[in-house]
Amino acid sequence: MSDNTITLPDRMLTFGLGGEFFAIDAQCVREILEVPPITRVPGAPAFADGLVNVRGAIVPLADLAVVFGMALTAHAEDTRVIVIEAEIEGEPTTIGILADKVLDVATMDGVPIDAPPPVGMKWRPEFIRGIAHHAGRFIILPDLARIFTDCVDQIHRNGAALLPS
Amino acid sequence: MSDNDPVAAFRIEAGELLESVERALLDLTEDAGNRALIDEVFRGLHTLKGSGSMFGFDALAGFTHHCETAFDRVRKGQAAASRGLIDVVLSALDYMQSLLDAGSDADAALVAAGDGILAALASAVSDAPAAAAPTPAVAKGWQVRFRLPPEAMVTGSNPLGLLDELRDLGDCTVTCRFEDVPALADLDPTECHAVWEVTLAGDISREDIEDVFVFVIDDMELEITSLAPEPSAGVAETAAAPTEAPRAAARQTAPAQESVRVQAERLDELMNRVGELVIAQSRLELIAAAGTIDAMTLRAVSEDIQRLSAELRDTSMALRMMPVSNLFGRFRRLIHDLAHETGKTIELVTEGEATEVDKTVIERLADPMIHVIRNSCDHGLEPADERAPAGKPAAGRIVLSARQAGGEVLIAIQDDGRGINRARVRAKAEAQGLIAPGATIGDGELLQMIFAPGFSTAAAITNLSGRGVGMDVVKRSIEALRGTIEIESIEGTGTTITLHLPLTLAIIECMLVRVGEGRYAIPLSAVEECLELPAAEVAGTSRRNFLDVRGDLVPYLRLRDSFASDHPADLYQKVVIVGQGRGRVGLVVDQIIGNTQTVIKSLSRFHGGVGAFSGATILGDGNVALILDVAALIGGAQKAQRARSERPAETAGEAA
Repeated sequence: MSDNTITLPDRMLTFGLGGEFFAIDAQCVREILEVPPITRVPGAPAFADGLVNVRGAIVPLADLAVVFGMALTAHAEDTRVIVIEAEIEGEPTTIGILADKVLDVATMDGVPIDAPPPVGMKWRPEFIRGIAHHAGRFIILPDLARIFTDCVDQIHRNGAALLPS
Repeated sequence: MSDNDPVAAFRIEAGELLESVERALLDLTEDAGNRALIDEVFRGLHTLKGSGSMFGFDALAGFTHHCETAFDRVRKGQAAASRGLIDVVLSALDYMQSLLDAGSDADAALVAAGDGILAALASAVSDAPAAAAPTPAVAKGWQVRFRLPPEAMVTGSNPLGLLDELRDLGDCTVTCRFEDVPALADLDPTECHAVWEVTLAGDISREDIEDVFVFVIDDMELEITSLAPEPSAGVAETAAAPTEAPRAAARQTAPAQESVRVQAERLDELMNRVGELVIAQSRLELIAAAGTIDAMTLRAVSEDIQRLSAELRDTSMALRMMPVSNLFGRFRRLIHDLAHETGKTIELVTEGEATEVDKTVIERLADPMIHVIRNSCDHGLEPADERAPAGKPAAGRIVLSARQAGGEVLIAIQDDGRGINRARVRAKAEAQGLIAPGATIGDGELLQMIFAPGFSTAAAITNLSGRGVGMDVVKRSIEALRGTIEIESIEGTGTTITLHLPLTLAIIECMLVRVGEGRYAIPLSAVEECLELPAAEVAGTSRRNFLDVRGDLVPYLRLRDSFASDHPADLYQKVVIVGQGRGRVGLVVDQIIGNTQTVIKSLSRFHGGVGAFSGATILGDGNVALILDVAALIGGAQKAQRARSERPAETAGEAA
């Protein structure tokens, strides 16, 4: 029951996080860094509560493990920040996402892709575009645009959470 | 938008053209019949039409053509530049701007809106019979003498083309005079030094000859004398052109808002600094390449780089500065429209237009200032019949002034109207529960009431203002720019609203504090004092979060709690008292680290909505620190305070 309606970009960056494997469009990746000092933003949602300095630009740091409800692992030797360019509500934004280990850049042409199963998943199906079978692994294809938009919505709903009321 | 996009460049240029036509039209209202201004309007419209059709803005070009035709009639003296015509053309300019924004896909509704304006235009031109129209002066022939500005060839004017056009008018003899051509050693071959004398024979009107020169007339010398004796006119014409030149030059100073015009010398300065930086960098490379590092040489390079980066910072900051004349210029049209709507005569005076302010500040000041000016015109200035008994001239006066004072720019909006009626403000404030009835309150504090949300003393809501939205928005916009507002008002004499704004937004002096493990920056301009948290408060058991600062009760906020810090608290907690406008709040922190210069970076959409932070900055060690939003913290504390003070009253009411 392969669903090949999803066309994948030519090259995908694969990485490991919380014991699962993810792949994102390599085209939107700007650079991959060792974890710099992280500044916590009080009051921000746990998914994106950090800021890092990427060559003089202040970039929000997102943790997909929070979105997918995975156990948070301490940063280890292999932990990396993948700096990507994404559009949030039409505004081009640079965002860092955490990865336990960056694997490789793979071509996933003709790889069978399953739609996210409606039941039996511990994470929210709308955040996943599909699950690819590649190199003997199940690789999650996260819908980053959807995840980021949802996160921004959540912040707007909560309003100024930090101000005394 | 790509940098080389010709359509985008056209939009910017067209915007500037519209602005300059608008300015000329407004000048024309004050100096009706000024030939040079009429020509300027015509030229602007003509250029807009031409380049509009070149870039595919056909609707715009077509529409502009009609306006151009109308103004052509004015030029030829077939119609007068009446007040009515100018108003129609002003509204036509607004319409052109919307056509420009719509681009090639102007829809039917928009096009239909244009037809209405065209109809008004047609009637304005025909309604205004050419009472003042001079009968076209026709003579047997003309003696034309002209000299182009030296840089004419560089700017693309071609004297031969002009001569050809003259030749097309009729038989002519051309004499070229070389008296002013310098000696060969001093000759710059790109400059035009020749003077031409042309004798034109035939039945030609003066206007036809002037038309030939219409695109260069501002900077050139042109004398047209009739071969047949024609009294007076020739003298008057020659006088007009040279005096017009400097005025036209002064008028071309307003740049488009999308792009910044930078003075060439500032760019040169920047390039020099960058050049020096490259040299310093190569010296550094040499040191790094050498086997052993010489501490002395390294220190010298480090000092150089430190000096250069400070200079680079200052020069690049200067690039962002724009004169406030850009801002003030926009209000002329506003005042013109307001005078029209209110039926008052309003005179606008501007002072200190050369004062420079950060580009962002200028952009964000426009809306709040429009509001204040509207208020001044609508509520402040009295109708003419009320002004006479008060011994004031019939024309109301609005003065916009700007000046720099220390690290601040002061922009004042002053009117000579009736002033703020304290009794009415008081009554309204009491009615809205902002102050207790009969409470004693300082005059300054009372005037600040007009900034309260929903506050309006206007007896009737007019088209202009009085809906009670606005002054609080003005106050918030100014505070968002880290500025403050001050009001002075003398009843019967007038009101002055002064905006205090920081010179620049990009770099601010901050106090760096530590809360738990995190470091935060507080804008130093907001810091009033620092004290130690009294031992009685440290325990944090008491419910009331107020400090007694020399008799004043100041609410305070434990940032450790707000930021949910689990790092052990320092033994001696410090309070940083911050204030803005009239509000004060104490922020309890673990440690005061010191002062630092910070470059403000805005937060992404993820964190912009958190509320307590206005931005972030990078510290000397490369880490990121958040900048506290003092205005939001104070606002929050005040809201909390009001909520607390209302609660006992409610319970008392229930008990009764």
